[in-house]
Amino acid sequence: MSYLELLKLASPEAIVVITVLGVLTIGLTTGREAAGATVSTAQPTRNASRRSSTRSAALCSFVAVLGLAVAIGAVLMLPRNATLFGGMLVITPLTSLFKIICIALAVFTVLLTTSEKSLRHPGEFLAIVLLATVGLMLLVGSEELLMIFIGLELLGLSLYVMAAFDKSDLRSAEAGLKYFLFGSTSSAFTLFGISLIYGMSGTTGLAAISAKLATTTVQPLLAVGVVMTLVGFAFKIAAAPFHLWAPDAYQGAPVPSAAFIASGSKVASFVVLGKIVLLGFAPVHGSAAWHGMVAGWSPVLAVLAAFSILLGNLVALAQSNVRRLLAYSAVAHGGYTLLGLVAGGRDGFSAALFYTTTYAITLVGAFGVVGFVRRETGGDDLSNFSGLCSRSPLMAGCMAIFMLSLAGIPPLAGFFGKFYLFSAALRAVPNYGLLWLVALALFGSFISLYYYLMVLKFIFVDKWAEAGADHRSLVTDHVLQKSAICLLAAAVLLLGVMPEILAAQILAAIQ
Amino acid sequence: MIAWTIYITFGGALLLLFLPRVFARWLALLTTIAGLALGLAAFIHTPVVDLAHFTTIVRVPWISVLGMEYHLALDGISLTMVMVTGISAVSTVLFSWDLEHRQNEFFFWLLLVVAGCYGVFLSVNLFLFFVFYELVIVPKYFLIAIFGSTNKEYGAMKLTLYSFFGGMFVFIGILVAYVTAGSLDLNQLAQFQFPPQLQWWAFPVMFLGFAVLAGIWPLHTWAPTGHVAAPTAGSMLLAGIVMKLGSYAALRVAMNLFPQGFQLWSKWIAVLAVIGIVYAAAVALRQSDLKFVIGYSSVSHMGFVLLGLATANVLGVSGAVLQMFSHGVIAALLFAVAGRMIYRRTHTRDLDALAGMNLSHALPFAAFTFVIASAASIGIPGFSGFAAEIIILIGAWKTYPVAVWITGAGMVLVAAFTLRALKQSFFGEAGSSVVRMQEGRVALDPDWNEQQSITAAEKIGACLLMFATLAVGVYPKLLLDRIMPAVEAMRFLKSGG
Repeated sequence: MSYLELLKLASPEAIVVITVLGVLTIGLTTGREAAGATVSTAQPTRNASRRSSTRSAALCSFVAVLGLAVAIGAVLMLPRNATLFGGMLVITPLTSLFKIICIALAVFTVLLTTSEKSLRHPGEFLAIVLLATVGLMLLVGSEELLMIFIGLELLGLSLYVMAAFDKSDLRSAEAGLKYFLFGSTSSAFTLFGISLIYGMSGTTGLAAISAKLATTTVQPLLAVGVVMTLVGFAFKIAAAPFHLWAPDAYQGAPVPSAAFIASGSKVASFVVLGKIVLLGFAPVHGSAAWHGMVAGWSPVLAVLAAFSILLGNLVALAQSNVRRLLAYSAVAHGGYTLLGLVAGGRDGFSAALFYTTTYAITLVGAFGVVGFVRRETGGDDLSNFSGLCSRSPLMAGCMAIFMLSLAGIPPLAGFFGKFYLFSAALRAVPNYGLLWLVALALFGSFISLYYYLMVLKFIFVDKWAEAGADHRSLVTDHVLQKSAICLLAAAVLLLGVMPEILAAQILAAIQ
Repeated sequence: MIAWTIYITFGGALLLLFLPRVFARWLALLTTIAGLALGLAAFIHTPVVDLAHFTTIVRVPWISVLGMEYHLALDGISLTMVMVTGISAVSTVLFSWDLEHRQNEFFFWLLLVVAGCYGVFLSVNLFLFFVFYELVIVPKYFLIAIFGSTNKEYGAMKLTLYSFFGGMFVFIGILVAYVTAGSLDLNQLAQFQFPPQLQWWAFPVMFLGFAVLAGIWPLHTWAPTGHVAAPTAGSMLLAGIVMKLGSYAALRVAMNLFPQGFQLWSKWIAVLAVIGIVYAAAVALRQSDLKFVIGYSSVSHMGFVLLGLATANVLGVSGAVLQMFSHGVIAALLFAVAGRMIYRRTHTRDLDALAGMNLSHALPFAAFTFVIASAASIGIPGFSGFAAEIIILIGAWKTYPVAVWITGAGMVLVAAFTLRALKQSFFGEAGSSVVRMQEGRVALDPDWNEQQSITAAEKIGACLLMFATLAVGVYPKLLLDRIMPAVEAMRFLKSGG
């Protein structure tokens, strides 16, 4: 195995890493003087320095987007199938597709960052976003437990920093700390689980583990290993009862960070979780059917899903902060997505991936609107959203699309996603074994309509109480950010009307 | 051709978002008239033979991964429903003619509801059907919550959640049918033999899901509150078309897919329907808010539809479809009078307050309209209500003679509350406390400077609805000839029915 070939197959990751270095350099050389000038000098130079720091931020984002675009090109150039180092780096149509999706989500996160004024060192922030993206790509493109763990850690450490990046905000620090504490504990769980499984099977490659497990009977030690690994991932996807970090992280972190945590990290985690359980743990599938539960990982995931759906939806009812509300709804959506994995098989996996992808797109957009409202009104409580439809009809319309898609209203992506997911789940187990879970999920989405409509009620029905004029004057028009949000809304609508664009791709990619 | 009703209405809705507001109502009117015209054209040009089966109009693959098709079809039942949608839509726009506040948005939501209804009535593919069915729910929320009156946010939320609650059961039913039969095509599913144990539980789940929207008795409470909270146009649409979505879907999907389940449960449906008829009529008798009276009368009349469906014979079911048409028109007319002609001019819907105004002198045209609407609602021969209800009762006589007796008593109650509302609102004795009123003027609210006599738009809208109920009442064969063959083609009918 020559290093040249490794470089060729890992070229997308390499390109993003090089972009990280580039962005860091630009940020250091142009941003620092500006920051120094801000501290030392008086009024006239201040304007100039602000301008130069804006220019530096714009340059950084431009380079970042450029690097990501080149990386997408590199992914497209990859061979269809390749395996390196016994599964450490795997290239299949599935990994390529999800690398592209992760990079695209990162692009949108970068676009949201451009108008975020609270981030004082945009170069460094963007560099960390890109590092997290590398983590996502490694996670998606590996079928080996150690490499997956390294990807998780790279992703996790970048996200902790991103969450705590707003140094002027106490909540951001709190978000970062909570996320870090919970995340590192969950990493410990995962590592422990992996070590047990390694001890049982003597290998860390997923395919080899599967082959080994098929020959052995289910032992307590193996069960502990499987459950530990799943617990670690349950933290990552914020499934109840391991969701406690999510509300604070979503609420406190800077908006782009929260968007990235909610979208990219979740998509990649689901891809990996799906691979681990469906590929690595395939022989200990078990069954979650109502009258025929068989021990294995699928009843564990089914219980996690049921908890998440109930708890996420019920607690979201009581939230008055939109970001917290989105966090609890994220818990519920994690639960829905787990249904696809519980169902298993090609259909279930592709349904789960379709759902989580559309969910990620929706949530990045929703956080974009939250960021817009936050800059305009200085907060992101429900009351800050009141009268948004008269202040900015465009953003209000986009938010309506995002919220209704999350609630599963046709013809938006969330509706088809749910139909696909639930029909796959119902079909997977004979004799409607999973009907209980499907019914629970439908009940959950019934509850969720209430709080999504409450957000829209504030936007469309309530009037903006304070004098909006002085706020308005502060807001500069962020054309780039607005067009990014509109693009996301259009994507949600398009994926709802013609879901086949994505669904067929995913289905074809899963062999 | 008739598929264009959907496209035109959606297109109109989208276009509304981008046009300046001067065009809004004209565009909405044009769109709805185009829809009605297409319906009429199909009504005249489609040979009656073709209407006996659900004949495909459009069929293109849509999401082939899961076997979904964009598949529309037409038979006598759908055509009837498309007609009532068109008529209600046009008159609804006419009755919202002088709306001032957020016009574009209002007509946007309104047209979305209408387009969704057209879609439901025409779609064959179950997924497509459900897309349109759920699509109707959210625009209703905005119509009511933004533009409504009394307790609007509560009413809007209650209505939306009830609809979605029903939708949840429908979702389960559709998934079960899809997973079991492996198809989403209604025509194929109607041939598929579902196992009886499955039908036993899947039918009530699905039927109840639909019946929530049709206002079946224990789950009807959203209807009166929703109607009262809604703006006039909203109540007209709700009572006129949206409630029919539920009963139409119960007939087209639930009963047609699970015939054995239906036969097992049909007598319980009849029980609920009869309770609904009598109970709602009794409640309406005690209401003081005119819109509540009409809201409960809707529940009562929809009880007739459900009773007709439960009879499971050609006559009863055809009567039910005719009643859907008839009630759609009559309810729209009643709400138009109560919400638009009376409330906008007097700012009260309280029957006692209205009794003191002697409105028949002030608003003669409104009084005339209300008399016609009440007569149609009570079931005076010559109006569509009579034709429909008598057919339902004849149908019911064969299956549930007891139900007919109880329903007969219920009809007396219907007559009682309708006449009470009519008398109180228009023909009350002019009280001493009220200022003397001139022709065409209501002097209750001196700060109210709007145009006070009945406008031309309102007159046209009312005439359209009155014409529809009279035409069908005088010559019900017009619709029945098209409905009955389509009903006969369905497989749930009891043998010899």
